[in-house]
Amino acid sequence: MSSMFDLPAGMNRRHFMSHLAGSAAMAAPATAFTNSLLANATDLKKRHKAAILLWMGGGPSTMDLWDLKPGAPTGGQFKQISTSADGVAICEHLPMMAKQMHHMSIVRSMSTREADHMRGRYYMHTGYVPNPNVEHPGYGSVISHELAEQVSGLEIPPCVSVGSGSVGPGFLGMTWAPFVVDSNGNVRNLDMGIDPTRLDQRLRMLETIENKFIGEKRGGSAEDHKKVIDKTVKLMTSKQMEAFKVMKEPKEVQEKYGTTGFGRGCLLARRLVEAGVPFVEVDLGGWDMHADIFPTLADRKLPELDKAMAALVSDLADRGMLDDTAIIWMGEFSRTPNINGGGGRDHWARSWSVVVGGAGFKRGVVVGETSSDGKEVVTEPYSSQDVMASVLKSLGISLETTFTAKNGRPMKIANSGKVIKELFS
Amino acid sequence: MVWTTRIFPRSQPFRRSAWPVVGLCLLLAAGVQAAGPAEGEHFGIAQVKFINEQIAAGWADVGLKPSDAATDAEWCRRVHLDIIGRIPSLVELQAFVADSSPSKRPDLVDRLLGDDFIDDYARNWTDVWTTVLIGRDVENEMVSRPGMRQYLRRSFSKNIPYDRFMEELVTATGANANRKDVDGFNGAANFLTGKMEENGIQATAKTAQIFLGMQVQCTQCHNHPFNKGKQNQFWELNAFFRQVRSLRRFDGTRDIQWIELVDEDFPGEGGNAEEAELYYELRNGLMKVAYPVFVDGTEISRSGYVPRTVEGSGEIGANRRRELADLMKASPLMPKAIVNRMWGHFLGYGFTRPIDDLGEHNPPSHPELLDGLAERFRQQSFDLKELIRWIVLSRPYALSSKASKGNQRDDPSLGEKPKFTHFYLRQMRAEDLYESLLIATEADQSRGGEEAAKKKDQWLSQFVIAFGTDEGDDSTTFNGSIPQVLMMFNGDLIKQATNTGKGGFLDRVAKSDMKNAAKITTLYQSALARHPSPKEVSAANEMLVARKGDAIGALQDIWWAVLNSNEFIINH
Repeated sequence: MSSMFDLPAGMNRRHFMSHLAGSAAMAAPATAFTNSLLANATDLKKRHKAAILLWMGGGPSTMDLWDLKPGAPTGGQFKQISTSADGVAICEHLPMMAKQMHHMSIVRSMSTREADHMRGRYYMHTGYVPNPNVEHPGYGSVISHELAEQVSGLEIPPCVSVGSGSVGPGFLGMTWAPFVVDSNGNVRNLDMGIDPTRLDQRLRMLETIENKFIGEKRGGSAEDHKKVIDKTVKLMTSKQMEAFKVMKEPKEVQEKYGTTGFGRGCLLARRLVEAGVPFVEVDLGGWDMHADIFPTLADRKLPELDKAMAALVSDLADRGMLDDTAIIWMGEFSRTPNINGGGGRDHWARSWSVVVGGAGFKRGVVVGETSSDGKEVVTEPYSSQDVMASVLKSLGISLETTFTAKNGRPMKIANSGKVIKELFS
Repeated sequence: MVWTTRIFPRSQPFRRSAWPVVGLCLLLAAGVQAAGPAEGEHFGIAQVKFINEQIAAGWADVGLKPSDAATDAEWCRRVHLDIIGRIPSLVELQAFVADSSPSKRPDLVDRLLGDDFIDDYARNWTDVWTTVLIGRDVENEMVSRPGMRQYLRRSFSKNIPYDRFMEELVTATGANANRKDVDGFNGAANFLTGKMEENGIQATAKTAQIFLGMQVQCTQCHNHPFNKGKQNQFWELNAFFRQVRSLRRFDGTRDIQWIELVDEDFPGEGGNAEEAELYYELRNGLMKVAYPVFVDGTEISRSGYVPRTVEGSGEIGANRRRELADLMKASPLMPKAIVNRMWGHFLGYGFTRPIDDLGEHNPPSHPELLDGLAERFRQQSFDLKELIRWIVLSRPYALSSKASKGNQRDDPSLGEKPKFTHFYLRQMRAEDLYESLLIATEADQSRGGEEAAKKKDQWLSQFVIAFGTDEGDDSTTFNGSIPQVLMMFNGDLIKQATNTGKGGFLDRVAKSDMKNAAKITTLYQSALARHPSPKEVSAANEMLVARKGDAIGALQDIWWAVLNSNEFIINH
């Protein structure tokens, strides 16, 4: 491996660490920041569970992708095609995904109530409707919190969001906040440009000030600030940061995922999971198609999605990672079966689809059914909580887990959602 | 004001020429940790007395005791951050702390609200309201941020009454960008230019949310499941926006050059402009009709014609947005919404959470105080500076942020309603941080102008996240995140703030004839508005030793640590 991380010229990581060890030995007692600088630098090679959420911001029209109604007045312009999963048909504009559907399953019986972007986004990420008195943790924070023990040597953030803000960590605290990067994996301001001994001295000075303020008992945010600093220091000096360098992938791999933002984001997700990160969210926005939905889907959105998602699924399968990695494809809601005057579809939460696969999920099946016009779920309806409970189960996370919110109230993981049994054999 | 003549002979002369007097100021300030004003102090302002009584009654109700008063320096830092969006300069701080006048707090507030700080004041509230009105997305071609800012700067410089401010935004017409080749510039138009898609759904939702504290966006599609909001209410309010057109103007190129907001006749969806109706769809697919009806049930003319004189019939038509603005001005919700917003700005939490939801399902923590302040704000002709004065001179605003045994359980971050027994910590906004770094390093150059604002936008954009929806929802990763710490550790701004170049802040401190201890104190005062503790002094001395006589290098390290501390970035 070439330069592992940004250091002053002529200095490698071992040299850097020995500098720190020397300076820390002189200082007594060693500080928490310094300890984190010296934290073990072991590689994370052992198997671990992970989840990748493909977030479709804006609300994709799932009846044009995964649950087509050809011939119905609401059915739109697309035909369906058969797939590698027996009896499962999807949109003609997802031909590459059609070859991967034996790895994935469709839940066609989602029925939710939040059809406002921000509310829907919150609800689908947390399993809870927004509540002014409690901030609930999103998928990434819950999963990385629960899987953190599996990856104890991880020096980079356990919850990464590519190209989107995801939803915050809520009462789990800023330690579990999504780390947001762009799809090129660029992390800004990583290099201080001073020698490590001096960095260490600065950090000790800083810690003196931080501790004084924390000791004055003015509120939790003083301590939270210090925790984030600790994590930042860890990250700045970690060779695991190499995982973010998505442009170092061979050209043919990059081309397989597509040279789009979403394509690179999916490739970055695979690299991060390989490096030990237990949760990555990749954002593909722009689904809020109130007008001209069919050309927009056929010409722009679906090709981008199809290429990247199919590449991700097959790549994970080829590398033997799929059995440990859950993939979740969803947006905040779907779009109206009725096509509006502008050739678009509006917000709709009553009947729609999500797609899951990998990890402990049963693959290649369709769960649930909607009516012939797509306006009703005719089988047992499922909610955000149910999807979340199922994802957690696929990762081996106990659904008996209970968190304590800041106000002392116990909060059941996934808001007591029930597992979608058809997704498990 | 007395203050001006006594302490500051001119507006901002000290920042540049202050260096020689610093040593003297340090002497004056050393050890001064005067307690705040006496318990019942209201500076002869009835509204402040009202706030103090209402808040104290809230404490008594639940058996909580307030914390001690914040120190002068803490209060001084706070009031600068909240009113003008930056920490006080060293000189400003020291002058305030050294002042022994009993009226020094109201005097300082007068000053911050007066002519001396007019640019700082306008800049800060322009930042605040730009985010409220058009969000953080700098890419939106339907909005001119410079145009919006130009309007806001003018409004806050002139302190135009809040009801007029609201009216100007809601009724604006004209070109949204200030261009030499375009007549009729009106920056206020930018509030609505980007919100007129799909018959002005966003214009309706945001107007209700921002100016009336009503969350109606969900009732667009259905009756609200949790509050009294009804679908018809949304569309009846939406009917007020049906005469507005947001016209894209091109200039021989394919890119939008500017947007013109105009009022035109609304013929109604049935084609009869005398009875100009709209239709909306119920969840069961049925269509219902709506005419302009205000949220309190007041109906206006159904005519879709914009006002004109017609021969034989005289005046016909109605300007629906003007009618709406008049109804909003008279509505009790309007002053409540702004009082709640301002209280939240200064105290960290509003009376409701979120601050722009005053619906019946979301009762406020202090209903009588909210109503009483709203009423007094109306009586004061909607003068925002007066409202600010009342809040910052009140007792809850002057309390220490240190929780005491008697009020530890008052912690709104745990989901409880705030009781304001101590000052709640909060992080500076990104804008405050940016300006504070400039002030602390005396890098004070042409702040407040449009060029400076664009530069700041550029810097802020690294924290902005767009959510990919039509509504332009966005958020910021600034709060307590790793990217924020990385920026503070290594970013260009901090490199600039800690540079040791000739004539810069650190260079001047290093070269001054102060003793080492005084130099360190100068750094602490500049950033944290306090003296270093003995432990911090010895830590700083270790730094001097470690740098082996490189005094400016050591100061740089200490300065870096001070600026990166929780205490710097948290308003306390």
